[in-house]
Formats: sequence, C-alpha cells, structure tokens
Amino acid sequence: MNRRRVVRDALAIGIAVGAYGLGFGAAGVTAGLSVLQTSALSLLVFTGASQFALVGVIGAGGSLLAGVASALLLGSRNTLYAVRLAGLLGLQGPRRLLAAQGTIDETTAMATGAPEELAGVAFWVTFAAVYGCWNLATLIGALGAGALDTRALGLDAAVGAAFLALLAPQIRNRTGGLVAVAGAAIAAVAIPFTSAGLPVLIAAIAVVPAVARR
Amino acid sequence: MTWLAVLGTAVGCYALKLAGWSLPARWLENERLREAAALLPLALLAALVVVQTLGVGRALSLDARAAGVLVGGIAAWRRAPFIVVVLVAAVTAAALRAVPR
Repeated sequence: MNRRRVVRDALAIGIAVGAYGLGFGAAGVTAGLSVLQTSALSLLVFTGASQFALVGVIGAGGSLLAGVASALLLGSRNTLYAVRLAGLLGLQGPRRLLAAQGTIDETTAMATGAPEELAGVAFWVTFAAVYGCWNLATLIGALGAGALDTRALGLDAAVGAAFLALLAPQIRNRTGGLVAVAGAAIAAVAIPFTSAGLPVLIAAIAVVPAVARR
Repeated sequence: MTWLAVLGTAVGCYALKLAGWSLPARWLENERLREAAALLPLALLAALVVVQTLGVGRALSLDARAAGVLVGGIAAWRRAPFIVVVLVAAVTAAALRAVPR
C-alpha cells in the first residue's frame, strides 16, 4: 500500500461517512434538537454512535442524563483506540490534543491497517476527510429534515434502521450476536417498567456474562 | 437544558478519547476491559434498535415504524450500504402511512 492509495482510501471513507452524517442530521432534528444543536454535536462530540444514542434517547422522551450516559458508554471504546494510536503515532503537546478528537472507528482502522511508515498519514488524512464530510452532511441532513414532515416521510423508522445498520457489521462472532440479542431482549422487557432512556443503559448488563467468563 | 446535554456529551466523549492518549498504557491493557469495550456497543445499539422501533413512552407498539425498521433490517442483513438501509425503512413506513384506511 503506497501513500496515494492511503489518501484515496481515506477520501472514500470520508464520503461513505457522509451518508451516516445525512442520517444523523435528520435524526437530530426529528428528535427535537435545533439545527445548531445537531451541528454542534457533530463538530464537538465527533463519534457517530454516541451522537445517535444521545438524540435517540432524547427523541424517545428519555432524560438528558440517560442520553448522555448512553453516549458516554458507547464512546468508551475510543479510549482503547487511543491507546493503540498513541503507541503507533506517539504524538505530544497540541498535536496530541488535536489527534484525541480524531480518535474514532474509521481513523483507528485506517492507521492500524496502513504500513507503519504511513500510519500518521493514514490517520490525519482520514481524520480530515471524515471530519469535513461528517459535519457538512450533518448540516445538510438537519436543514433538510427541518423543512419536511418527518413522520409522513417515515424518518422515525429511519432512526431505528440507522442503529441496525451501525450494529450489523459489528456482529462478527457468536458472542457478539448473543450480546446483541440479549441487549435487545433486556431493553424490550425494561421499556414498560422504566422511564425512557433507561432501557438502553440497563441493556449494558448484557456484556457481563461474556466478560465474566474471561 | 438540551445544550447542557450537548456540551456534557462533548466534554465527556473528548475526555474518554484523551484518556487513552494520556494514561499509562498498562492501566488499560486489561483483557476484561478490552472485551467489555468491544461488546458494549453491540448491547447498546441492539437496545436502541428496540427502543426506536417498538417503544412509545412506556408502551410497546407494532406499527408502520416497526415495519419500516424490519425492511431496513433485511437490507442491513443483506449488507446493503447504510444509505439504502435507512431509505428503504423510511419509504416503507411512509408508504404504509399514506395508505388510506
């Protein structure tokens, strides 16, 4: 893999992420956030699943605290990505503070997948491409959804489908499948008994058997 | 209040990222911690699918929205691109609602 190939792949990932960004922008406004709030999430939080979780819980009428807690639980995997990237790129000072914001699924996959001498290029180019596309697409999606009748267009179904689309490629083995099924079942049982937002947090206990077995 | 949640999530998610860059690596090289971080998104995303598909407050409801997510799920299972999954779900729900009854 040469430098050119790395840059081309990074740009392709950026464009693909744009599709999620459109979906997120629409989901944010559908959940009742303003265009500015939705865009601020993409600019400042910049980790897709966490952002979707926050607006999903708010849209379902859950407490803001439950929404933030769900977002942080989903964001915890970035901590482990950062450990790998720190070992690979070894940055210091302001560059490290900037790189921290870019520590997400896509940049980690590209940096760890590239030849070692190109890891830095792969990380920074992917970060730039994904950040640009994600934020532009969020704004377009938010403005678009704000101008439309989201229920008549079925955008509420699009939010559930977006979570499914995020989930499907992550199920790579039997343990993953079992944890997902258990999480879904726990949430379904919890919905009638807890206030909105809590079923998602309670579903986190689905990982306990798999982790305890280790 | 919504702004507080937006900024709280921003600060929290950035702190989680920065922690991995700053803490000694051996603190985080725990096998169980890795497994938990890898599996948590699966449990939470699956729960979010259920809440967004069936939940209406504290009630469960099977309606046009659920039908849309089901069709989107078939597309996701067939490895369709994200935008296709989302679009077929929305179109299905919209079409069912447009049918006069």
